[in-house]
Amino acid sequence: MPEPTQTDAASVPDDRGRSGEPSWQPSERELERRSFRRRQTRRSVLVSAGSTLVFAGLLLWALLGSPGWAKVQASFFDPEVALASLPRILEGLWLNIQVLVAASIGVTLVALLLATLRTLRGPVFFPLRALAAGYTDLFRGMPLIIVLYLVGFGIPGLDFFPRVPVAVWGTLALILTYSAYVSEVFRAGIEAVHPSQRLAARSLGLGHGQTMRRIVLPQALRKVTPALMNDFVAMQKDVGLISVLGAVDAVRAAQIESAHFYNFTPYVVAGLLFVLLAWPMIRLTDWVSARMRAREQAGSIV
Amino acid sequence: MNAATDTPGLLRLRGIRRSFGEKLVLDGVDLDVDAHQVVALVGASGSGKSTLLRTVNLLETIDDGEILLAGEDVSDPRVDADAVRARIGVVFQHYNLFPHLSVLDNVTLAARLVHRMPRADAERRGLELLDSVGLAGFAAAFPDRLSGGQQQRVAIVRAIATGPELLLLDEVTSALDPELVGEVLALVRSLAEGGTTILMATHEMAFAREVADRVVFLDAGRIIEDAPAHEFFTAPREARTREFLTRFLRE
Ligand SMILES: Nc1ncnc2c1ncn2[C@@H]1O[C@H](COP(=O)(O)OP(=O)(O)OP(=O)(O)O)[C@@H](O)[C@H]1O
Ligand SMILES: [Mg+2]
Repeated sequence: MPEPTQTDAASVPDDRGRSGEPSWQPSERELERRSFRRRQTRRSVLVSAGSTLVFAGLLLWALLGSPGWAKVQASFFDPEVALASLPRILEGLWLNIQVLVAASIGVTLVALLLATLRTLRGPVFFPLRALAAGYTDLFRGMPLIIVLYLVGFGIPGLDFFPRVPVAVWGTLALILTYSAYVSEVFRAGIEAVHPSQRLAARSLGLGHGQTMRRIVLPQALRKVTPALMNDFVAMQKDVGLISVLGAVDAVRAAQIESAHFYNFTPYVVAGLLFVLLAWPMIRLTDWVSARMRAREQAGSIV
Repeated sequence: MNAATDTPGLLRLRGIRRSFGEKLVLDGVDLDVDAHQVVALVGASGSGKSTLLRTVNLLETIDDGEILLAGEDVSDPRVDADAVRARIGVVFQHYNLFPHLSVLDNVTLAARLVHRMPRADAERRGLELLDSVGLAGFAAAFPDRLSGGQQQRVAIVRAIATGPELLLLDEVTSALDPELVGEVLALVRSLAEGGTTILMATHEMAFAREVADRVVFLDAGRIIEDAPAHEFFTAPREARTREFLTRFLRE
């Protein structure tokens, strides 16, 4: 191949040095504007902090002043019961975390497979496409609790797999339901990648699989990251439902402890632990979504 | 490949037909491009230029006809289409750079994935090429940081990075602001002067006249005139060509 010769490089300076010109000083006017903006910010922060405090105070006053508060406090917020039940509930939470990790991996794999099947074109793939479509319709429509009952009590009833812990069936049920949701998210992402990207990849000689893995999926995932993270947060809560099968997770442990102490505080403890578990992810999701929105508004669409 | 000896053209199209539903878009196209030649494809919007280029690169199937690349019939379904595409570079009107890859990764992708070149070698070569078009400073940047003209030059570099036998250009300047057209045309000109075989659809008549060896006029899926560039513009044989040129010059 002939080497391309040097062309007019005049229009192409490296643009990195542009921003920090040392000689520039903000004008009086600009300085005045900045200090005004700072004052504005400080004022809004003070106002919103003040109104939050007042609101919280009113709420607390109403709660503590209500006639039944002493009773509720005793049966829901008993520090001694909380402390006593904590180890058992934490032990249960460890099972939830294991189920969560296993289910997340399972959901990702099954959902990717389903999404890929549904985007295959050509009449040859009709049966696969139809199968994948039927699967997603079924499991998006069915309440998770019913899937849990059917899988958790139905499959063991077949007696093919004796001695499999119930948590495994719970995990399977979560994978069945959530992979249907997540595959739709993946599919939306894949279809949002412009066809010309695929065309450009194929024109370079990349095969179908390479194009999917290197060009389409990375862009699709980027587009749907916030939606995926939301689904993850939802699943993080729903792992608590495996307790209906009798698996001793945080919820079930709370139930046992609460019967033992004849007090509802263990449920509050379990609930707070779930919130703590989910909180980093929730914050991260918000942050990622905001960042992506900012980027889109900056108009970086190619 | 024994046919290569008695077929001089690098690319030979014979009786290419293609329709979309009822609409016949390519109606028996015959076209030759010899090695180191530059052939410009002109014609009104909708005449089938893009479809013809996609056909050559096997991105579009044909209903009938033959596509011979270096004597080999690549339209045969038993031919590995990916391997054929890897031998042909394509540049699109809207650049179509991969937005999630850096400029350098865009340029080296095919070398690494298709030609299995070690990453270090591919990157050295990619940087050389980017440097030759004055864009080495953007190697690590993402495409959305570049101007349209810069993106299109990266797209051209990406297309030639693996040394294709044939380069297809589909109106590479028509999405660009007027002041950015020059830098892209300059790059195409330098490739042509360097001996790259080019088949390009274009609306830039002055550029076609200057750079192309031959100009081919496509009208409603048929080739009306195929003449040396100078002749095409000064003494077109066909009435339709004259009509097209006058209409074009008036606009
Ligand atoms: N995938 C497709 N499905 C249906 N019709 C198509 C398809 N691709 C192209 N066509 C039609 O084929 C005709 C030729 O299109 P083509 O894009 O090849 O024209 P062109 O000469 O490149 O035009 P332009 O100068 O506007 O780029 C048009 O009428 C177009 O509508
Ligand atoms: Mg076109």
